[in-house]
Amino acid sequence: MQSYNLTHLEELEAEAIFVLREVAAQFENPALLFSGGKDSIIVAHMAKKAFWPGKIPFPLVHVDTGHNFPETIEFRDRFVEQAGATLIVGSVQQSIDEGKSTEEKGFNASRNGLQTVTLLDTIELHKFDCAMGGARRDEEKARAKERFFSHRDDFGQWDPKNQRPELWNIFNGRKSMGEHFRVFPISNWTEMDVWQYILHEKIEIPSIYLAHERDVFIRDGVIMSTTDFIEQRESEPTIKKQVRFRTIGDATCTGAVESDADSLEKIIEEVASARTTERGTRSDDKRSEAAMEDRKKQGYF
Amino acid sequence: METNSYLDMELLRFSTAGSVDDGKSTLIGRLLYDSKSIFTDQYEAIEESSRRKGDENVNLALLTDGLRAEREQGITIDVAYRYFATPKRKFIIADTPGHIQYTRNMVTGSSTSNLSIILVDARHGVVEQTCRHTFISALLGIPHVVFCINKMDLVDYDEAVFEKIKADLEAFSSKLDVKDIRFVPISALKGDNVVHASENMDWYQGSTLMYLLENIHIGSDYNHIDCRFPVQTVIRPQSEKYPDYRGYAGRIAGGVFKPGDEVMVLPSGFTSKVKSIDTEKGSLEQAFAPMSVCMTLEDDIDISRGDMIVRENNKTEVDQDMDVMVCWLNEKKMVPNGKYAIKHTSNDVRCIIKEVKYKINVNNLHRIEDDKEVSMNEIARITIRTTKPLMFDKYSRNRSTGSLIFIDEATNETVGAAMIV
Repeated sequence: MQSYNLTHLEELEAEAIFVLREVAAQFENPALLFSGGKDSIIVAHMAKKAFWPGKIPFPLVHVDTGHNFPETIEFRDRFVEQAGATLIVGSVQQSIDEGKSTEEKGFNASRNGLQTVTLLDTIELHKFDCAMGGARRDEEKARAKERFFSHRDDFGQWDPKNQRPELWNIFNGRKSMGEHFRVFPISNWTEMDVWQYILHEKIEIPSIYLAHERDVFIRDGVIMSTTDFIEQRESEPTIKKQVRFRTIGDATCTGAVESDADSLEKIIEEVASARTTERGTRSDDKRSEAAMEDRKKQGYF
Repeated sequence: METNSYLDMELLRFSTAGSVDDGKSTLIGRLLYDSKSIFTDQYEAIEESSRRKGDENVNLALLTDGLRAEREQGITIDVAYRYFATPKRKFIIADTPGHIQYTRNMVTGSSTSNLSIILVDARHGVVEQTCRHTFISALLGIPHVVFCINKMDLVDYDEAVFEKIKADLEAFSSKLDVKDIRFVPISALKGDNVVHASENMDWYQGSTLMYLLENIHIGSDYNHIDCRFPVQTVIRPQSEKYPDYRGYAGRIAGGVFKPGDEVMVLPSGFTSKVKSIDTEKGSLEQAFAPMSVCMTLEDDIDISRGDMIVRENNKTEVDQDMDVMVCWLNEKKMVPNGKYAIKHTSNDVRCIIKEVKYKINVNNLHRIEDDKEVSMNEIARITIRTTKPLMFDKYSRNRSTGSLIFIDEATNETVGAAMIV
């Protein structure tokens, strides 16, 4: 007998492609946030598939903290060129120079929180009515309640207690003037799904996801990459370690993990046996138990 | 895990409904913990919270309570989604609150589920909320319902208690349309029959809950009989390589489509043949629900978003008048004879509420015919008329072409969820 079963990856992909097409159909001027991290890469990859043989019908937007790993920027530019897509860069440095943001001070200074101002400015400048991103519900507990279509008021704020119910595969993108949406096509994916999909689809990713030797130092138990953007204390000497990154965010707050996983297959084995969540290496989430919820209410992705 | 074992994993979506103290959060915590899906940093975080609150044991329930207000009040007010996987399946849990004032959340969380877990406290047996959860599972057309008779440890693992509750549930469920019903005696707190078979209930020969979740047959949960393809968007690259390409993109809502199939486009009634079903990696020999595809037709006919491609000898209903069961989701009551926007498949229309036939008391299934005011969390059978014909099936036949939402045109909020009867 013929069987009509999809694998979990096929079903997740079908769902994400449906959401991407729904965005193209329901919004006038959507954009896809693209950081060069694995999650935004697979969303962009599926955007290519969703509109093939046409081109991706919306620009990719990178909110650039200026504190990047160089490998990520190289990758970003190559990806955009190959996809024939349009890239728009929103600069946190520019927001600081214009006095809209204030740089944090001290040893743990990070520009991660400042991304919100630049993101909202970029949305306003280009009049985007929808910004898509690669956030997943399994990343963090406040995200577990996020909708696929997440409504934001004129200030870009999220109101977790007053979210629109989302039923079946019917997505309500109606809004008033000045309001916009955040849309998360891979809401239902886990870190493992993302890696399996990358392997299965043979998707290229930035090299820093794979194990490599790197100059690092240890801060509060987290392995941080030595960069010009972080001031090291005397008690934090630079050492060499074999590491890889599980997430790629701002270089000032993204920690590495010690790893020998230098291939996708080895990464999948490592993820399967991992005992901490991938955001466990993100110092921005450790500020308080509700750190993510507070940042999201203000308009963080 | 073998690196390529994921290639034949399936996806099962299930929902759990329950209130503050029936052990639902503990059950989910137990499933995650015993299947080794909890990470050390998550476990340490709840260990720390439990200690601060003065709990004696690590409170597994804290794993599922996401928002600050919920952590403070110790209740679940919204739908939270949880994920875990075993080598056989990946699971998506829609964790919903069970109080009557959160019926709408339960409806929302259940709308895409293959399976519903309903917890029954062994000490209390079938109570009002058990009936409510069962009714909502049936209303939302969830194909599989698993009753977990929980807290068996508190009734000395007594078989008679389990059998009595099972008989009561069978009697109640016979009034409802549920395809597949199972019963499992468990203790979420102690772990009996959740992931590991219980050593305390040798009288129970059935499966553990996890075995059911991993093995229940879900291949037939989608309709593979009636061909339904709602057009989401039209793809026209107008590029040098594809100057005349015109593809219809969408997600198959039912049936199986193959190149060469004779099809009809609704509402126009034009007929043509499927020319190809395209993906970036080549053309497909067939497409079925819930695949997202791009289809081309032999003839150049005018098709746009909102149209539905079907087989000529198996059409949807095409009508402006229909009866629906609506669950009201908004604090603002339904306006009698009010006008609302509707989203149905890829269609946007407006409608007027013609008549409220009756409301349903969700605790005992009795009809309420003397009070026709439909407030938040209430379920009613109503008649509506739309501005344009909709192409639809009965919800019991197809959950995708049989469902729609009501939108308040002033606030743009989703105010009602409806199933076509």
